[in-house]
Amino acid sequence: MDFIIPIITMSALGFILSIGLAFAYRKLRVKEDPTAEKIAELLPQANCGACGYSGCRAFAEALVKGEANPDKCSVGGEETANKISNILGVEAGGIIKKVARVHCRGSIKVTEKRGIYTGITTCHAAHLVGGNKQCFFGCLGFGDCVKACPFDAIYMSKEGLPVVKEDKCTGCGKCVDACPRNILELHPIDQEILVFCRSNDRGPTARKVCKNACIGCGICVRACPEAIVLENYLAKIIDYKKISPDKIPLIEKCPTNSIGRIHNKNEE
Amino acid sequence: MDLFVFFIAAILVNNYVLHYFLGICPFLGVSKKIDSAVSMGMAVTFVMTITAVVTWMINHWILIPYHLDYLQIVSFILVIASLVQLVEMFIRKVSLPLYQGLGIYLPLITTNCSIMGLALLAAMNNYSFVKTVVFGLGSGLGFMLAIALMAGIREQLEHADVPEPLKGAGIALITAGIMALAFFGFSGMIK
Repeated sequence: MDFIIPIITMSALGFILSIGLAFAYRKLRVKEDPTAEKIAELLPQANCGACGYSGCRAFAEALVKGEANPDKCSVGGEETANKISNILGVEAGGIIKKVARVHCRGSIKVTEKRGIYTGITTCHAAHLVGGNKQCFFGCLGFGDCVKACPFDAIYMSKEGLPVVKEDKCTGCGKCVDACPRNILELHPIDQEILVFCRSNDRGPTARKVCKNACIGCGICVRACPEAIVLENYLAKIIDYKKISPDKIPLIEKCPTNSIGRIHNKNEE
Repeated sequence: MDLFVFFIAAILVNNYVLHYFLGICPFLGVSKKIDSAVSMGMAVTFVMTITAVVTWMINHWILIPYHLDYLQIVSFILVIASLVQLVEMFIRKVSLPLYQGLGIYLPLITTNCSIMGLALLAAMNNYSFVKTVVFGLGSGLGFMLAIALMAGIREQLEHADVPEPLKGAGIALITAGIMALAFFGFSGMIK
């Protein structure tokens, strides 16, 4: 009968720990993008990394963002790839050209300086010491993205912000990788409404360091709560397709101009 | 006083990464940025400390009284895996970017041999409860120190003129080796 005690011990241990985890899961559950969740379920969960991402979950998120192709998963094979493109295809509705967009309006006119930076003139180097602007999230303005672009599609404006020439941009994403602060991001070319700020500072701080910072006031969220949410004091568009055209004027009431139509800025 | 020396020894002298060469996988994998390295260090410290507490209780209250010492490894793995799940849920809730930054290395804390090594070493050396907790905390802080130092060096290395064949993993391993040599200097502190 010696074998009974260890069996009971181990089962009891497992049972107690799993109850603890189940309880914690209820408290700590996070709602996530349901599409990514759906795709993640389709993937083989081998977490092998053959797709070039750190795991199936990361791959699913990249698929939703449109950064990866479904056929990258060699474990799941053609069948999985087809299922995934079914899910994505319904939502994407064909292939729409993507271009890089700049998520910062902190030009040298509107941001407060922190000091004079005399180090290596690349964004990567400046990022290590925090840059020369008061804002720790905004564009550093040394043009790593300009250098990274193989198509000459980005130039620095006089105000020290990168501008993307959308006719030349191919959506390769080199600039997105080059930017140490994630200012650039690929978006479908027909997406007009964007958040032009990356600052996670609280409202008062953000307002102090940059006139065009998102202060997390929530005006845009109230205008269109199903498409825009606040995350870390920053507005975030979670579902662009749910923004109906009649809501756009309401969104454009943004007191700091940190969300709105992309083309407004080019006309100025 | 003894306990304090023991604590410092766990951080500096018997550093898990640089002395025992345990837990090298996250040490090299998550040491590209100081932010995520420190977070990883904190996650490991948390798991190590709680693991030390829970495994001590399991070992002394269940396994030893019932003469089940041979179940040590299995039951410790169970504890570690559950704790890592807990930490994972917590980090995902608190900071999704951090969760994604740590990526696969977060669940891989489960198989981080430094944590298993900690639980087994504490059991093998028959540490008292307080000593086990101090051991776990010290070892975790030691891991955090090592990975944060490594990340600091590697951030600077981004701008260094590294010979082409040594770029990436090569220079990282050389750095780790030199750090281990430097930490070897601490071993004179404690007899």
